[in-house]
Amino acid sequence: MAGAVTYYAGRAPERGLAVYTQKVGMWVFLASEVMFFTSLIGSYIILRFGASETWPLPGEVLNIPVTAINTFILICSSVTMVKAFAAAEVGDKRGTRLFTLATALIGSTFLGVQILEYRELLHEGFGPSSGLYGSTFYTMTGFHGFHVFSGVCCLFWASWKAFRGGYDNRAYKGLEVLGLYWHFVDLVWIILFTVVYLI
Amino acid sequence: MKWSLPENIATYGGKIDAIFWVITVVTGIAFVLVEIGIIWFAVKYRRREGRRAYYTHGNKALEVLWTSVPALALVALGIYSADVWAQIKGRDSAPAGSLMLGVRAKQFEWNVTYPGADGTLGTSDDFVVRNQLHFPVNRPILIQLESEDVLHSFFIPQLRVKQDAVPGMTIPVWFEATKTGGYQIGCAELCGLGHYRMRARVTIHEPDEYERWHAEQVASR
Amino acid sequence: MATIVAEPTGRPVVREPHELSFIRKYIFSSDHKVIGIQFLFLSLFFLLAGGLLAMMIRWQLAWPGQPMPLGSLFPETMAPDGIMLPEFYNSLVTMHGTFMIFFAVMLLLVGVFANYLIPLQIGAPDMAFPRINMASFWVAVPAGLIALASFLVEGGAAGAGWTSYAPLSAMPEASGVSLGQQMWIVSLVLLGLSSILGSTNYITTVINMRAPGMTWMRLPLTVWALFITAILALLSMPVLTGAMIMLLFDQTIGTHFFLPAEGGQPLLWQHLFWFFGHPEVYVLILPAMGFTSEILANGSRKPVFGYHAMVGALVSIAVLGFMVWGHHMFQSGMNPLLATSFMVSTMVIAVPSAIKTFNWMGTMWRGNLHFHTPMLFAIGFVMLFVIGGLSGIFMASAPFDIFIHDTYFIVAHIHYVLFGGALFGIFAAIYYWFPKMFGRMMNEKLGKVHFALTFLFFNLVFFPMHTQGLAGMMRRLYQTTGYEHLEGLQWTHVLITISAFGLFLSGMLFAVNFAWSLFRGPKAPANPWNATTLEWQTPSPPMHGNWEEVPVVYHGPHEYSHPDVADKDWLAQNERPDVVSPARP
Repeated sequence: MAGAVTYYAGRAPERGLAVYTQKVGMWVFLASEVMFFTSLIGSYIILRFGASETWPLPGEVLNIPVTAINTFILICSSVTMVKAFAAAEVGDKRGTRLFTLATALIGSTFLGVQILEYRELLHEGFGPSSGLYGSTFYTMTGFHGFHVFSGVCCLFWASWKAFRGGYDNRAYKGLEVLGLYWHFVDLVWIILFTVVYLI
Repeated sequence: MKWSLPENIATYGGKIDAIFWVITVVTGIAFVLVEIGIIWFAVKYRRREGRRAYYTHGNKALEVLWTSVPALALVALGIYSADVWAQIKGRDSAPAGSLMLGVRAKQFEWNVTYPGADGTLGTSDDFVVRNQLHFPVNRPILIQLESEDVLHSFFIPQLRVKQDAVPGMTIPVWFEATKTGGYQIGCAELCGLGHYRMRARVTIHEPDEYERWHAEQVASR
Repeated sequence: MATIVAEPTGRPVVREPHELSFIRKYIFSSDHKVIGIQFLFLSLFFLLAGGLLAMMIRWQLAWPGQPMPLGSLFPETMAPDGIMLPEFYNSLVTMHGTFMIFFAVMLLLVGVFANYLIPLQIGAPDMAFPRINMASFWVAVPAGLIALASFLVEGGAAGAGWTSYAPLSAMPEASGVSLGQQMWIVSLVLLGLSSILGSTNYITTVINMRAPGMTWMRLPLTVWALFITAILALLSMPVLTGAMIMLLFDQTIGTHFFLPAEGGQPLLWQHLFWFFGHPEVYVLILPAMGFTSEILANGSRKPVFGYHAMVGALVSIAVLGFMVWGHHMFQSGMNPLLATSFMVSTMVIAVPSAIKTFNWMGTMWRGNLHFHTPMLFAIGFVMLFVIGGLSGIFMASAPFDIFIHDTYFIVAHIHYVLFGGALFGIFAAIYYWFPKMFGRMMNEKLGKVHFALTFLFFNLVFFPMHTQGLAGMMRRLYQTTGYEHLEGLQWTHVLITISAFGLFLSGMLFAVNFAWSLFRGPKAPANPWNATTLEWQTPSPPMHGNWEEVPVVYHGPHEYSHPDVADKDWLAQNERPDVVSPARP
């Protein structure tokens, strides 16, 4: 079976949304991710606010100042992501390379700080088996971290592709779609930080 | 052969059974109409030479009719059921003056806590009997249902009572028997390898018989 | 492998066309048709496996304590001297449900037919993301293997029911099962990933890759059903994944989500599971409803009665499906007021299914009925699904549910909707689309015998279970001896078991027909059923890319017996632009 060629006889396919297909796909996938994080965060809310005993206040256990700075770091990575895409859109290859790599590095920094915080907490004896607080904290932040890690891997791959000149003002969809994912991960973190660390 | 529900010996059982019969009649009629309709159409409209199907995309009036009639019937059923539900399972629906007993489910037995000589549950003279639930007829009984380990479910068919026992929760369950006799508790939630044999004896006494049994139990401890 | 991209200008972009190796063509293929067929073989295998487990369950209920045939093949930990242990029975019940629901029915309805039919029926050359599609199959395979392997580990396969209620499922000391339960979780997390990847594809493809002229209201009802199903799966499976992860952590790393000792809540598991579980049961029926609508229209030679209402019913079932999960928890100990609100929404959700039933009857009314095998199974679907739906009303009433919750009345309901409903729909679809998939016809006579025997034995197996439930027989019982209220039921167990053996053998007729026809069936034309939808307007099987030139669509999906088409009783979606349809009276 040779490779096939299929022609659209002059008329375009029907489109449900005035958005290219890869972007539709990413939005659809992100809807499932919303449900996943909702199940984790929702469970946390139910367990915490339905608990008969009081939970420790976040500041008693967690390092809020360091995590606040880390949150700012992650937000910076979203900014560099936007700049990377903007550069690609206008064909600025140098800008694309620079900002994609910057996003990957800043994302890695976020992960590094999170890992250090985990080590600190475990050292102090606060682990997943430390009551419901430990259960929910590690599960929520752990899976968020896993999503950040996946994003960082994709970002390093995208940086490598950018260094090979793979993105320009006609081929930028991959970068935009990765950007959508990255902004989503950032948004989830902001929600997590608020719900778990601040309230 | 048992073709239908077991005998009902609960005061509120009649309401539950009435719902069953109403639903049976309504769904029975729907069942007959639909199935006979399908078979009739299958026979009457089977393909024949020279015949052509009737080209139509539907009928709005019919759609409205067969949407609203089931909707009304189902909402009516829901409202009626909600009332009965509140009477039986409402958190404060147990009648005043109920005899309070404790039932603690565990793999694979039912431990019943009775009030002691002081007649009050939750005091130090309470006593526990394994796999035997005794209570008097014609008096509301309020069970505080608990579980030691995993989910179980407290089920006495003839009393139309069923309630899951959840570890970490104490759930009120009430009923009133109209007949004396011997029955059983069965476990109605998979709870491990002994689920199938998690039974207990239920003995419903005349009031004075119950007092005698209770006094004997108190005396022997 | 050719990659086709639909550009707004309409011109195709073709990359790297070259001859493919056997591995790239049939094993690691990104062609949606090959992937659909791969899912077909995987899921039919699990249908067989699930059926064998059921036979063992039925043996134990009919002849408790008797050694099974071939019982000596089982190890001491499962069935010493061929007599099954209670813990093995619990595993059988659990894995029967798991195999059938996740690996047979879900994969057959969605993995097979969404993959195979969506691009063909909407006029697209392939899915939006063909390689992600391939990944979705290859993730499902290890999921299945892990589930199968779980029988062989110490402690055996998961034994807390397919619903895996905590704390039993979270406490190896209570269930006796440790690694098996963990493998069950991993298997279903992988399957969930497969489902989410697939759903992303199906949804994106339907939104953005419909052929010119294929507007939303010209989509075949099969596509509508699969599209809505994909949305349900996309939004509900992640919640199951979250719950499974929490359960896995409770078992392994010392968390306490569902364990009361440190403040965890067993009821949280039930809420999470059923928030997924209820939309899941609509995932398990909606595609079959789509197939039924399409096949009834084809067999009746009439348009579907009330196409718009049918679409509306699909959408409302999906939306309402997210609001009724608590009806599985009426007796769970949750707040009774909450139960009341779920009861109301549950009553409401019966309405769209009723609408669909009447519309199916309307489709048959005044038709010119051709009783080919797919049509027989489609009619069977309606007749049996109605029984399942009506029995659901008994459970929807929370006070009556007090009695029938966790009894065989529920088991009867489940099987009428899942087997009488979904599986009959699946059989209809396989007989109908087999010619398109494999270029050969299945044997009609054998198909009709398969239908008749399946219909007969199915009712003999599952109708008596309503009665058993009304007598008060609880679920998941290793044996019913010792219960006074169940005395006298033993002969019903025997009747059901013997009929179940008959049902299984009837399924073997299908297996033989399927296997034989794959190699020796008569060659199939492009359109053996004189059907209107796009997949029939291309050869059987279609070429890679499906069409040389993508069709342009002018008509609705089920234009049979159109008054302005005199020479035949069907109008393909992409022919005769001069004919106006729907025709106005």
